Amino acid sequence: MTLIQIIEILEARVVFGPNADETEILSVCASDLMSDLLHFSVRPKAMLITGLTNSQVVRTAEISEIKAVVFVLDKTPEREAVELARQKNIPLLVTRLSRFTACGRLYSEGLRSCTGEDR
Amino acid sequence: MIKGVIEGSFHITGGDFTNAGIASSEVKSILTGLGISSDIVRRAAIATFEAEMNVIIHAVAGVMHYYVSSERIRVVINDMGAGIPDIEQAMQEGFSTAPDWVREMGWGAGMGLPNIKKNSDVFRLESAVGEGTTLEIILNLREEDLHEAE
Amino acid sequence: MKLSEIADRLGIKIKTKDCDTAREVKGCYISDLLSDVMANAKEGDIWITLQTHPNIVAVASLKNLSGIIITNNRTPENDTMKKAEDEHIAIASSPLSTFETGGLLYKMLGC
Repeated sequence: MTLIQIIEILEARVVFGPNADETEILSVCASDLMSDLLHFSVRPKAMLITGLTNSQVVRTAEISEIKAVVFVLDKTPEREAVELARQKNIPLLVTRLSRFTACGRLYSEGLRSCTGEDR
Repeated sequence: MIKGVIEGSFHITGGDFTNAGIASSEVKSILTGLGISSDIVRRAAIATFEAEMNVIIHAVAGVMHYYVSSERIRVVINDMGAGIPDIEQAMQEGFSTAPDWVREMGWGAGMGLPNIKKNSDVFRLESAVGEGTTLEIILNLREEDLHEAE
Repeated sequence: MKLSEIADRLGIKIKTKDCDTAREVKGCYISDLLSDVMANAKEGDIWITLQTHPNIVAVASLKNLSGIIITNNRTPENDTMKKAEDEHIAIASSPLSTFETGGLLYKMLGC
């Protein structure tokens, strides 16, 4: 699925979105615990859904090679987070949806978890 | 090919969440630039990032030194801080002394040290209560982990 | 949908004794931040999280949530279980990730 499709499904606005039509996303992590993202080996082409808006979220995405970050409940990322995302070329989206609805819609569309085994 | 030992260091300031990760991010790009395979780079980046966060969360200040040769990546992090009274306990997944506000920033879930250990081949941790902590990690490099740098 | 039916259909067990498994689950809230749950979860929601420490019980109790599902096979700390039993808060543990647990529940609740 491309990031463009995800933007539509989540009715998201783009804070920073280079090449959204070319960025492919295959799996999703929904977490607010950065160490958990660093702990589980994240699958390629993963996207993070989170309620945290600080710059360490983007840093964690960079380190664990997560391709995009979605902030839920209309939470706008902090200025430092946006700056870092630009530097590291990591797309950032904001959706007004809750994490439950965002996860539900993406799961229903066939995306799977970025960690663990396929089920 | 990596000739000799490539080394450098970064200062880390306790409580500086805004700049958290800069050192690890730099280490990551240096290792990538040296042509080290992406899996090793990723493990090294995760281990150093967790170590950097530990200094930011728990210490007053610290220094991260890295040394890279064709045989290994070695990172040593010294900090001035409270120290760890019981290392065995600190190594347990889920054990954390981080305050609630740190948890609310997405850290302090008690996964940091186990994560560092998991991602390194050698893991040494020494601490003196009231003085500080020294962490040394090594990732061994095999010939096939080294590619010609682009 | 009742709590017991959700547990059955997710194939997970409710670990706490003495909780109301017939309780109606009205919705779901996913978060690992206690302040976020305090601010945004609604009464009757089931809460999906990776957190295992005892404070999650206090939050679930204050917000009158219908239960807690801990994901990624994490086991609640002993103090968490004890507190949950004292406060009659249902805790279940899922081997799946937060994303998958949430995704399955979303389909089940017909959202």
